Amino acid sequence: MIAAYSAGGALVWIVWVVAGLACLASGVAVVSFSNPFFSALALIGNLGSLAVLYLLLSAQFVAAAQVLVYAGAVMVMFLFVIAYVGPRAETPWSGGPGWQTIGAVLAAAAIFLEIIVVIALKASNRLAHNDHVNGTFGSPGWIGRLFLTDHLLAFEITSIVLLVAAVGGVILGSHTKRADEEASV
Amino acid sequence: MLGPSTLWYLGIAAFLFGIGALGVLVRRNPLIVLLSLEIMLNGGNLALIAFSRHVANGAGQVFALAVMAVAASEVCVGLGLVVALHRRHLALDVDRLSELRG
Repeated sequence: MIAAYSAGGALVWIVWVVAGLACLASGVAVVSFSNPFFSALALIGNLGSLAVLYLLLSAQFVAAAQVLVYAGAVMVMFLFVIAYVGPRAETPWSGGPGWQTIGAVLAAAAIFLEIIVVIALKASNRLAHNDHVNGTFGSPGWIGRLFLTDHLLAFEITSIVLLVAAVGGVILGSHTKRADEEASV
Repeated sequence: MLGPSTLWYLGIAAFLFGIGALGVLVRRNPLIVLLSLEIMLNGGNLALIAFSRHVANGAGQVFALAVMAVAASEVCVGLGLVVALHRRHLALDVDRLSELRG
């Protein structure tokens, strides 16, 4: 029993290390590729490895939604728009003035270090042991029950947000004769 | 729980948030800025789900799904803007779109 437990733990660690490294590497790749097409493909890898991490955290439904909604629908929309406007290469690290790039790197590193230091100082003892969960934790039925009982308001407001975004997208993307005349002037 | 504790997941989430912030600040192409925003949102999502598992409470997962819906709407509006820019033959460069500043 104990041997099986430790073997399972080792397997989880291996999956975690592989998925975590893929996640970090594809995140760096998204930011550093000059071609937006390759960046979008790297983001698909990032979302897929995040879905594996969600599975390790026993969030089955969120992992499935991540793959279907994000890596499926949203990224196809992204790739379609990139193909529409044409992939224009841009040199990643020489866009603006040099001080701007250095400042951005320093700011991002500062955010990362602040989060890590705060977590390590304040919460490392309390984050070592998790509460026990039962088998239905994270399953679709369980999530659906939560959505329709405790979080009904959030569920309905989400639908309004999506509707407003869809209307906004249609208005931004629609052809008007006047806009074309303005563009040609 | 088998495997790594919540702390390790939070480390990955922090790194994703940092690298996404770097992309938003450094890159000029609005498409890649949107992609980097997605990375930041996913860093937040990973932290939400890690804490949800840690305290065995489902609110974190529900909130992660809400964040996913917000990200989809943000992509919808952002890509609409990019298409509108392209149609008006404007340069796809966030530094040259300073008229969008409020």
